[in-house]
Amino acid sequence: MADEPLVLGIETSCDETGVGIVRGHTLLADAVASSVDEHARFGGVVPEVASRAHLEAMVPTIQRALKDAGVAASDLDGIAVTAGPGLAGALLVGVSAAKAYAYALGKPLYGVNHLASHICVDQLEHGPLPEPTMALLVSGGHSSLLLAPDITADVRPLGSTIDDAAGEAFDKIARVLNLGFPGGPVIDRIAREGDPDAIAFPRGLTGPRDAAYDFSFSGLKTAVARWIEAKRAAGEEVPIADVSASFQEAVVDVLTRKAVRACKDEGVEHLMIGGGVAANSRLRAMAERRCEDAGLTLRVPRPKLCTDNGAMVAALGAEMVARGRSASAWDLSADSSLPVTDPHVPAPTGHTHSHSHSHSHSHDHVHELSRKNLYA
Amino acid sequence: MLLLALDTATPAVTVALHDGSTVIAESSDVDARRHGELLLPAVHRTLKAAGTELDAVTEIVVGAGPGPYTGLRVGLVTAATFGAALGVPVHGLCTLDGIAYAAGQAGLEGPFVVATDARRKEVYWARYDDARTRVTEPAVDHPADLAERVAGLPAVGAGALLYPAAFADVPPGMPEHQSAGALASLAAGKLARGEELPPPRPLYLRRPDAKVPANYKVVTPK
Ligand SMILES: [Zn+2]
Repeated sequence: MADEPLVLGIETSCDETGVGIVRGHTLLADAVASSVDEHARFGGVVPEVASRAHLEAMVPTIQRALKDAGVAASDLDGIAVTAGPGLAGALLVGVSAAKAYAYALGKPLYGVNHLASHICVDQLEHGPLPEPTMALLVSGGHSSLLLAPDITADVRPLGSTIDDAAGEAFDKIARVLNLGFPGGPVIDRIAREGDPDAIAFPRGLTGPRDAAYDFSFSGLKTAVARWIEAKRAAGEEVPIADVSASFQEAVVDVLTRKAVRACKDEGVEHLMIGGGVAANSRLRAMAERRCEDAGLTLRVPRPKLCTDNGAMVAALGAEMVARGRSASAWDLSADSSLPVTDPHVPAPTGHTHSHSHSHSHSHDHVHELSRKNLYA
Repeated sequence: MLLLALDTATPAVTVALHDGSTVIAESSDVDARRHGELLLPAVHRTLKAAGTELDAVTEIVVGAGPGPYTGLRVGLVTAATFGAALGVPVHGLCTLDGIAYAAGQAGLEGPFVVATDARRKEVYWARYDDARTRVTEPAVDHPADLAERVAGLPAVGAGALLYPAAFADVPPGMPEHQSAGALASLAAGKLARGEELPPPRPLYLRRPDAKVPANYKVVTPK
């Protein structure tokens, strides 16, 4: 439909410079420039390296997205940008670029929440989000269960990790096994050759008195490391495939068990899974089986839409426009700890969002609820 | 010509418009931690004061540093994005050159030194023969390590004020931070003389802090 909002979204909260363009629920472009290779030798994302890469990549990535989408900048209905949470210096590059772009084009600016964007991106894959939606967000920076009655205005945190994010645990175990960074894809691949029941690793926070929807992966990580060290100390070969499969099984078991339980407890019929770890094949398979058993509809976007990208930001921005939410002010901040309960950052009430310059001109031309910096 | 100048490489968030003969509007706030919030409103204010709009701008010049990175990038990415949206050229000038030019406007004749605060007890600095002529590459150093190289020279900028032991002679009435008006005048003069201005590339002068994590820590007690 041509009257659906055409929105460009900019994402720079971590190491991906993402620019996406959507029309309503339709994906038109998803341009991503990643600095992941520059971080690999450090075994984690280095904030200053990421920020420098964002500055280099910003304008070329915007231009690539416009070209891919085949639209003119002047036709956009709004510019959306990740205002937080994320790495402060990295966010600031995207927020500054989005403000400049919106101002120069005379378009409204929408500073939106990175986590809500991870949920909203599924509209590009499976159509309008059911209301409410239960979302399990799992990546190197976040592991959260969120209940979203209205993705533009009402997102409620049910639980999150109390220590490591799920993706972080994958990175750390990959490092113990000398498999390189990032750890998620390589463990997923090697685990296919292994037996997930070979080693009984602990399931964190699954006791009867534990917080029902919180996660903990630190104890698991330590248990896996100890097990490997014991093998090495005994001079035995470490069965990498079995360790990978059993570790992955422990993570995925807890994630899906708690997510399904949250859906049942809250009477929600749809489970959405997003974030980089949602690309994990075992997570997808187990979530499918358990949702089917529980009579739930599972929604998981394709892997490229699960990792950080600009399309998810554009998707949430388009929803903001469609629902008539207020635009952000020109002094919008990058907020590294933007609460998940703020799906976007509207201009303060009484603030007149100045669009006196608005005119059509001819130029066509660590996250979330955790208590520590998960990127440290 | 309508030249938009902006610079966020010093604690000043500074914006100016130059029409080819003079600065027609300028706006500066000094707040080292709010470059991101303050820059766009300052651009808007400056355009309003000049009674014009952004799409009348024909050239952009941005201070390319050196300066603390997070703030520095705000100006650079803003200038680059404006340039892409408007389809106008974007140039980068060394921020220290703008301060030197302002010092010349304030009556300082050469030779002299410009020094800004690089944090971590260091300064960004360069030597000038006069307000338009820089004779050293911009550098970052501990003030004590360059005392000999700047001895006897007047010095301007917040970095000079911070370290009187190294910079003994700071003449009164000189600029402390960057002013986009001076940067705009410097750039307009160069453009009028047909000089090619450099591209807007950041002058970081330091490699990113990136500690390689120590080899994975053994968790089994010995
Ligand atoms: Zn993310």
